[in-house]
Amino acid sequence: MPIVSVQDVTKTYATGFQALKGVSLDIEEGEILALLGPNGAGKTTLISSICGITRPSSGRILVGGHDVVTDYRRARKLIGLVPQELNLEPFAPVGPAVAFSRGLFGMRRDPAKVEEVLRQLSLWDKRKNRMRELSGGMKRRVLIAKALAHEPRVLFLDEPTAGVDVELRRDMWNVVAELKKQGVTIILTTHYIEEAEAIADRIAVINGGRILLVEDKARLMAQMGRKNLSVHLREPVTELPACLDGYGLEICNEGRTLSYSYDTKSDGTGITRLLSDLHDAGLSMRDLDTRQSSLEDIFVDLVKEHA
Amino acid sequence: MSPTAIWTMYLFEMSRFFRSLVQSLISPVISTSLYFVVFGAAIGRSIEEMDGIPYGAFIVPGLVMLSVMTQAVSNGSFGIYFPKFMGTIYEQLSAPVSFLEIVIAYAGAASTKALLIGVIILGTSTFFVDLHIQHPAMAAAFLLLTCISFSLMGFIIGIWAESFEQLQLVPLLIITPLVFLGGSFYSISLLPGIWHTISLFNPVVYLVSGFRWSFFGTAEVPVGLSLMAIAAFTALCLVVIWRIFQTGWRIRQ
Repeated sequence: MPIVSVQDVTKTYATGFQALKGVSLDIEEGEILALLGPNGAGKTTLISSICGITRPSSGRILVGGHDVVTDYRRARKLIGLVPQELNLEPFAPVGPAVAFSRGLFGMRRDPAKVEEVLRQLSLWDKRKNRMRELSGGMKRRVLIAKALAHEPRVLFLDEPTAGVDVELRRDMWNVVAELKKQGVTIILTTHYIEEAEAIADRIAVINGGRILLVEDKARLMAQMGRKNLSVHLREPVTELPACLDGYGLEICNEGRTLSYSYDTKSDGTGITRLLSDLHDAGLSMRDLDTRQSSLEDIFVDLVKEHA
Repeated sequence: MSPTAIWTMYLFEMSRFFRSLVQSLISPVISTSLYFVVFGAAIGRSIEEMDGIPYGAFIVPGLVMLSVMTQAVSNGSFGIYFPKFMGTIYEQLSAPVSFLEIVIAYAGAASTKALLIGVIILGTSTFFVDLHIQHPAMAAAFLLLTCISFSLMGFIIGIWAESFEQLQLVPLLIITPLVFLGGSFYSISLLPGIWHTISLFNPVVYLVSGFRWSFFGTAEVPVGLSLMAIAAFTALCLVVIWRIFQTGWRIRQ
């Protein structure tokens, strides 16, 4: 049974804007799912609908088998939410704010657990500080600590590394990896492709309120990945000899580089023939390199295709 | 119902109150003392008895009610508006609690604060006038019900308000005039015919009159009517809140 099951959910806001147009998505226990999409794609609305902040207009959402509307108490107990905005009360001290989140979920006071969470997020030294004294990165950590205080089985991270510096981003990824080890299911939204590529097990692409694709990350990249061969020439060319027509070569770098794009999963990549034709055309090569297309390319292609 | 969640929210709200203790407690005490000095000692000396009660003592129940009502409304509205404004309300909305638990915690905390302030003002007044409460249990009941109902009303205002300006608007334009014209400082029987009749439509008149009755045993409207008025007002607030709860109005889109 999936830990989160979204079944044909739509959401139309009072303004008439339809943010979700029939979203279905199953999330398996223990995985890290990256929900990828441009701004306004419906990522936050989807998360908000699962977590109880917005009410879906139609459809059904189950968390741990519990309906998030009719059996919201049991469903929400399983969920931890880290919002996109740094929503914290400026005057509240860190320690009590994290303990508050635990109590809010109906769990008995447990200073040892709160300490454990604070230490895990390197916040223990800051426990007496007020929120307004913390840096943006620290505030983000506090939000994660608050979400973890009630020991959720599913953690939603809405743009966890937006506006966070590179070092802290890596720290955040380590935290996520650590949580995964503990068996927590993690759903993160991001528009940093690099982030999805680095930490996700599966990737869902959402745009215009629809899920365009849900796929295992490695398989996605293998399936849709194209590779690019760059041929660096000794002498620059201005135009291609006729024998090189039909390869779809691009002349770049002021004629010093020829770029050839090919599909890794097709039977013949055409590389051997191309190199032979280059030789026949009398073009002398200085260097070659190949590059796997990134998730970003895949993503951009996909979003464009459905635009 | 999750008593742990209610208690947690209640304590967190109260901790805000204690973090700004000076502002929370001292300022109402100072402003009330000023009322006593001006109305009680200065002007009051040249005013004869009101309904057979020395003027200084006469205004005590009115002053307590004035402070309790305004404090309950402002604490009740700010308490829920602030998390809305800061965006921290996402936590309550995504927690396994119903709106009822949120109302109990926030209105409960606002009532507690108003009650504390009311009791402190009552204590302060004993420095200025001799006070004897004839019906202490009824006084406590009136005070408590006023705290609760006005905190609930504040809660509604806090949910409704979409800016700090709106948050101030209802207390400023509706509650303050009603409270000042509700007989806090005078007996409405002093008013000429039509104004006396108009005053009877002011719900605050019934609360102040009932509270004053529990002190001195004299009332401008029957005490039973006062009790009914406060009960009806509390019920009205509860119905409105229940509707908000059902529709998620201005909270849950």
